[in-house]
Amino acid sequence: MSHQSVRTRTAVQAVRDSSLRLEKRGVDVAGELFRAVLLLCIVLGVLMLATLLAYVTWRGWPRLDLNLFTQMPSSIDLTTAGFLPAIVGTIWIMLGVLVTVVPLGVSAALYLEEYADTERWWNRAIEVFIQNLAAVPSIVFGILGLAFIVRAPLALGPVAFAGSLTLTMLVLPTVIIASREAIRAVPSTLRQASMALGASKWQTVWRQVIPGAVPGILTGTILSMSRAIGETAPLLLVGATTFVQFLPEGPLEGRYTAIPVQIFQWVVRPQEEFRVLAAAGCLVLVVLLLLMNSVAIWLRARFSRES
Amino acid sequence: MASSTADSPAGLSLEPQSRRVGEKAIVAWLFLAALAAVLITIAIVVALLEPAAEFFRFVSVTEFFSTARWTPTQADPEFGVLRLLAGTGAAVLYSCIIALPAGLGAAIYMNEYASFRVRQVLKPLLEILEGIPTVVYGFFAVAFVAPLMKDNWWTWLPGQLGEEPGTQFILAAGVVLGIMIIPTVASVSQDAMAAIPRGLREAAYGLGSTRMQVATRVVVPGALSGIVASFVLGLSRAIGETIVVLLAAGAMANLSILPNDPVFTMTAFIGRTSTGEIAYGTTTYYSIFAVGALLFVVTLVVNLISIALVRKFREVYE
Repeated sequence: MSHQSVRTRTAVQAVRDSSLRLEKRGVDVAGELFRAVLLLCIVLGVLMLATLLAYVTWRGWPRLDLNLFTQMPSSIDLTTAGFLPAIVGTIWIMLGVLVTVVPLGVSAALYLEEYADTERWWNRAIEVFIQNLAAVPSIVFGILGLAFIVRAPLALGPVAFAGSLTLTMLVLPTVIIASREAIRAVPSTLRQASMALGASKWQTVWRQVIPGAVPGILTGTILSMSRAIGETAPLLLVGATTFVQFLPEGPLEGRYTAIPVQIFQWVVRPQEEFRVLAAAGCLVLVVLLLLMNSVAIWLRARFSRES
Repeated sequence: MASSTADSPAGLSLEPQSRRVGEKAIVAWLFLAALAAVLITIAIVVALLEPAAEFFRFVSVTEFFSTARWTPTQADPEFGVLRLLAGTGAAVLYSCIIALPAGLGAAIYMNEYASFRVRQVLKPLLEILEGIPTVVYGFFAVAFVAPLMKDNWWTWLPGQLGEEPGTQFILAAGVVLGIMIIPTVASVSQDAMAAIPRGLREAAYGLGSTRMQVATRVVVPGALSGIVASFVLGLSRAIGETIVVLLAAGAMANLSILPNDPVFTMTAFIGRTSTGEIAYGTTTYYSIFAVGALLFVVTLVVNLISIALVRKFREVYE
């Protein structure tokens, strides 16, 4: 018996030793270090976001008053200056983008998803063009707008709608890509059922596919609007003027400015008061974007839960 | 086939009742809308090339690429675009030093380490970071980052590196540009990593791999082409970004990669010159389009590389 117990003890000891070794192997120093470095990478981004938001809030807070939204910009009395013309200009521009980019983008997406034969080279070429367009620098769209929309052949002059059309071209790929995804997510059984009941192709698309894809299209549209609303560089080229002390008369007449352009003009001035105004403007713009993005994220979450 | 059904014994025609002209018109409109992307690209090329050709009547192509100085506004203007290219290169270099490792690290963490809940928080945060307008980043760079760096400059560094910079310098623009493109790199990389089949990961764990080994030896090599594509995409965004470099990098066409020197980038030149009072039809006016054409070609090449890489990585696991 004692014989056996010695054997057992040895065996138990051996198992304990090996498990101890295994546990030791479990503390993987290099692995933990690697994990820490990865965490640092993501913290860097989040920390920068926090710093940026905190800084803009801290600097802009003193001027975040009603005057900012109701007054004209001024270079004399900076304590009550506002950017009302820029707000009105941005509203005109965004309305113009909305009414042009949605029909164009959704139509293009419908063609590519419902009608295009992907075996054909021209359809594949269109896809490459869209992908490439999505990564063209925004200032190049400004040059295009200047050459073709502000001047001949469209010759609109430096008006808000010229800015709208320029931004429409800029965000068109985003809307197309998002709409395509939404259209693709509509179950094909819906289409088959509709066709089997005798509906034509277009009737199927119009009464089944488009209603099913609306939430996705809406999300994509809001996200592209939130990109367009913050674009500065192309608007600088298509005549969003630097110092507007009157409201734009309409989308097709009169000079205009936009919120990001107004902020830009405040940033380039070295005086402290302009910096504060710029910070307040940034804060307004960021809050506006956060609102738009959270609506889009909420819509997406709701949409994905339902399907 | 249509005639055979019409002649079928039941006399049933499967042909549409009408010729559906309206439906054909709709398809034609949809096709035209899809064609808009092509038309816009052609319009860009025409809008750039026509005035650029005008520019090259005054300044020859060889002069454009071989002159050492870029002084378009001086009495005896010189147009050596290499200075602007070098300026863009310098700003992009610093931004990539920050954004590529940080973006890749963030992607690995989100895909391999973060729990579902943590990811639910991190992803929208990165999306917000991506959605912040460039003019806000530009303000942040010029009002916060640049003064902070200037006041705490590493003056113990030897030679020119130790000199305190002015109000505009490469590093301030590069760092903010880098932060700006972290989300782009992270989200595209993570998409590529998410496409790696679960089985590969589980096989590696089954053979006793640690998390780090799975990440560095299975996931990263498997998603390599997608990761490279994300790098290229980030690069192209950094090249094309205007407002941050316009505000923070300066307007001196230096040939320098020292972090405390100001440089003038291609986009900053276009932005600055086209908003100033430039007489229509002068050589300087046309130079905007020549630089724009060069910028378009550079980003086009970079984008096509990225598109090709993404295609390649899609083919591997589908």
